[in-house]
Amino acid sequence: MSSITAQNQTPIEPADPVRSYPRFLWWGLGEATNGGLGFYVWMFVLTAISLVGANAWANQVADGMIVTNMTDHVSWGLYIANFTFCVGLAAGGVMMVIPAYLYDDEEMHKVVIIGEAVAVAAIVMCTLSVVVDLGRPDRFWHLIPFIGRVNWPVSMLTWDVIVLNGYLLINLHIVGYLLYMRYLGRKPNPKWYVPFVFLSIIWAISIHTVTAFLYCGLGGRPFWNTALLAPRFLASAFVSGPAFIILVMRILRITTGYAAPPGPARTLIQIIRVAMTINLVMLASELFTLFYTGGAHGASANYLFFGSHGHYGLVPWIWTAIVFNLVGTALFFMPAALERGNIRIVACVLCIVGIWIEKGMGLIIPGFIPSTLHEIVEYSPSLVEWKVTGGIWAFGFLLLTVLLKLIATVFAQEQSIAETERL
Amino acid sequence: MSQQDAPTGPFLPVLDQPSTRRTALKAAGAALGLAAFGKAVSPLMVIPENVSVDEFLQQHYKEFTDADKKKVFARLETETKEDYGTDVTISDPKPIPGVRFGYAINLSKCNGNGACMEACNKENNHHRGVDQSYIRVLEMSKGSMDMENGTTNYDHTVPQDDKFYMPVQCQQCENPPCVSACPIEATWQEDDGIVVVDYNWCIGCRYCEAACPYHARRFNWEQPEIPADEVNPDQGYLSNRIRPQGVMEKCHFCLHRTREGRAPACQEACSTGARVFGDLNDPDSDINWVLKHKRVFVLKEELGTQPNFFYFFDS
Ligand code: SF4
Ligand code: SF4
Repeated sequence: MSSITAQNQTPIEPADPVRSYPRFLWWGLGEATNGGLGFYVWMFVLTAISLVGANAWANQVADGMIVTNMTDHVSWGLYIANFTFCVGLAAGGVMMVIPAYLYDDEEMHKVVIIGEAVAVAAIVMCTLSVVVDLGRPDRFWHLIPFIGRVNWPVSMLTWDVIVLNGYLLINLHIVGYLLYMRYLGRKPNPKWYVPFVFLSIIWAISIHTVTAFLYCGLGGRPFWNTALLAPRFLASAFVSGPAFIILVMRILRITTGYAAPPGPARTLIQIIRVAMTINLVMLASELFTLFYTGGAHGASANYLFFGSHGHYGLVPWIWTAIVFNLVGTALFFMPAALERGNIRIVACVLCIVGIWIEKGMGLIIPGFIPSTLHEIVEYSPSLVEWKVTGGIWAFGFLLLTVLLKLIATVFAQEQSIAETERL
Repeated sequence: MSQQDAPTGPFLPVLDQPSTRRTALKAAGAALGLAAFGKAVSPLMVIPENVSVDEFLQQHYKEFTDADKKKVFARLETETKEDYGTDVTISDPKPIPGVRFGYAINLSKCNGNGACMEACNKENNHHRGVDQSYIRVLEMSKGSMDMENGTTNYDHTVPQDDKFYMPVQCQQCENPPCVSACPIEATWQEDDGIVVVDYNWCIGCRYCEAACPYHARRFNWEQPEIPADEVNPDQGYLSNRIRPQGVMEKCHFCLHRTREGRAPACQEACSTGARVFGDLNDPDSDINWVLKHKRVFVLKEELGTQPNFFYFFDS
């Protein structure tokens, strides 16, 4: 019992906690890799897919980007499309943080760490998506401030690299600190994490805004060159992020039996309802401008939605996205979506897939078609690109699983301590 | 029990995990996973084969001392000899003080024969497999300046009566969006207005290619292939030396020629006299004569890129 009194006396004790943090991580890794047969199968499959992706990427580095289907006309493809979506996922993770901290939603506090874990995994996926898109990953160090030669503050890509890494560090700090304190059985000191939580809220908005600026700042690409892009990115992020978190909570409930309180999911669905409506309104007004005005601005949209000059490559993609988004939204608005059930799960899946297409294949690719000299060269990802992207997703899930396991273990432990205390 | 021991106290029995069968299995799993990972990424071993330590650590062009330059150029010459079997000289002509290059094309004269593209391909050691060149010639319908009605892959005798021809290459923008885009300053504008790329600094992110409004940039999707007897041995570090795989390249107004008073290869090859090249700062240059006496226009003026590349028609 002496340890528990110690906890009450000294909320923070600098030297010791710092030294034992690595031990905590090591212990956590051990705990997070314990599980039943199902768990090991899951981890094995994810590892296998990641390895297939790593192998495809290694071959791409050796043979050149010629193994992708990108060309000088469509010079960014599936990788950057997926990157854009993952940035949204990372930013959307923060949608649990806002109600928890700004509105002091008690129940949300309990699950907010799930959102942060999703953000961490998503940022790692972003970084990987950019690295695999580089023609010369061996020169990666050129991007490191002070060692390389960064074009700051002019290049939006430099900004993006900085804000993404900053976001990763902030979230790692918050998750790590909160878990560690729980593990030590101490009360987290607000001084050490609340400022970072608020920083992470602003930062989440910045990562997606800067990513939108990456595209919308290019005058030569009329399809992207719209002031609505950043707000649209944010709105859709605040759908995909929460939707993903709802799915994660469901999976946790099925696999670990950990039932989160019903409040948070309900709040998230309310957020999705609003964000998705705003997203669709903005999409509609964008489409109106594109099609009613026509001209160069409309050329890409025309190709995307209806095909042009006998090329229809993206038409099935975008209509799938539109249908998924509309049906998903309609489902979210059903009263039954507020209850635990399958409706919200279907709605989440539809909206996630819809937004993945809308922001990726439906936004990045048509920016290049027609090209700046109005040539139409189509693009569809090659097998290597699919493998690499699949690998990145598998790795992301692997990371997320480990993080969630760690969180669950620490929480379970804390509960048992609480019980001991009561005895 | 002291405070020091608190973290390892009784309520954390798991910290000292006994080495159970599970731990051993996990260790085996981790070892297997690592081995599989090593195998999966083994194709990466070509990097140390192809990229020497010197190349890996090579600094940005602008940070070269004269000694660095000598060393780097010598290394590149040896590597070219090894890979392509040709003796080449790599030079680094500097911008001529006070000179600003401009280019103009007389659209009434250009007949679309494509000699400029061919000359570019040879002069600049382009990948032979794909007939690469920095120039694209658009066949446009008379009566329209809309590029949407143009095509680059025409394949018939030229000129056609109802068409005119418009070559497009890097416009050497005064205000180049490609340069602002690059995250690592691998591409920049020189004092004579030419936008260049350090092929050994570029990481191949292709953001500049997305930013250029004139389709002027080319990426090396694979290692360029050039037969030994076709390699142009007269090479500039910032211009036509053979580019490595995975980096960006673009038209550089043949700076290894033009900074030494010669014409760019595309102008030399053009038999119609459509191409006018020269120093914008020299009042007596051909290019200034055109700017003064013809009504010239630039492409996509509304974007504010301010090209140093002009088009005009004979009246
Ligand atoms: S034409 Fe394109 S590549 Fe050339 S300077 Fe302008 S933006 Fe850069
Ligand atoms: S491809 Fe190379 S030159 Fe172009 S933006 Fe990226 S690093 Fe810069």
